[in-house]
Amino acid sequence: MQIVIAFACGVVFALGLGVSQMTVPSVVIGFLDFFGEWQPALLFVMGPAVGVYLVAWHLRRGRCSPCGATLPATAAHRLDARLFVGASIFGVGWAIAGVCPGPALVNLARPNTFTLGFLAAMLAGVGLSHAVRR
Amino acid sequence: MDWATVWPALLGGTLIGVSASALLVLTGKTAGVSGIVDGVLRGEKGELGWKVAFAAGLIVGGAVLLWLAPDKLPAAAPRSLPLALSAGLLVGFGTRVGGGCTSGHGVCGIGRLSVRGIVATCVFIAVGAVTVIVLRMIGV
Repeated sequence: MQIVIAFACGVVFALGLGVSQMTVPSVVIGFLDFFGEWQPALLFVMGPAVGVYLVAWHLRRGRCSPCGATLPATAAHRLDARLFVGASIFGVGWAIAGVCPGPALVNLARPNTFTLGFLAAMLAGVGLSHAVRR
Repeated sequence: MDWATVWPALLGGTLIGVSASALLVLTGKTAGVSGIVDGVLRGEKGELGWKVAFAAGLIVGGAVLLWLAPDKLPAAAPRSLPLALSAGLLVGFGTRVGGGCTSGHGVCGIGRLSVRGIVATCVFIAVGAVTVIVLRMIGV
């Protein structure tokens, strides 16, 4: 059951990224271009996405899911150096390509040297982080 | 402000929120894509099934998009291959060191009012904005 739900959620998530054009690098880079021709689209995507999640989290945190799993009850608040370093490194890569991990997988449906190259390098980067995190 | 781009953004954002919320409410899991990719690559015990299923859903969803609205997926490469490879490496490495990406920290983290998620999102947007400026200055 959990597998079917996760698959369906993945499909809907991909459709959301596509409909909102978060799969299009120029739209993402345009959002980060605050001092150029700023494109606020990402803000209008984050708004309802966070809003819906806020409600779901508030109502169901710490409760039981139909699958029998208990939802997390508390959010993570701890700040450490790794959070700042990791988020900064991600920020540089995100701004160069205009692609983050979700769209990297969604874009696999339209393979070209850019989407395939980015995805392969991203997987290598994740693998590389295992060596560092130990 | 062009409303023709605002409505699709709001609709897409709602779909993303519904997807992440459904995963949370129905299975207790967090829709953080970098963590999901990480779990799949590591063959994470006990979590592999749903993580593979979610990743497969993203790819199948991409195929549905290509069928319904091919213009939503990038056709032309916006960057050269060396830049795409460098960016991918930084994104994969950085998201795992920082413990999340736009979905995990951005949507789920902020949605939980997590200080960690809020700070991470501010950091990657700020660094991203500076990077765009630097790239323009050096003519990339």
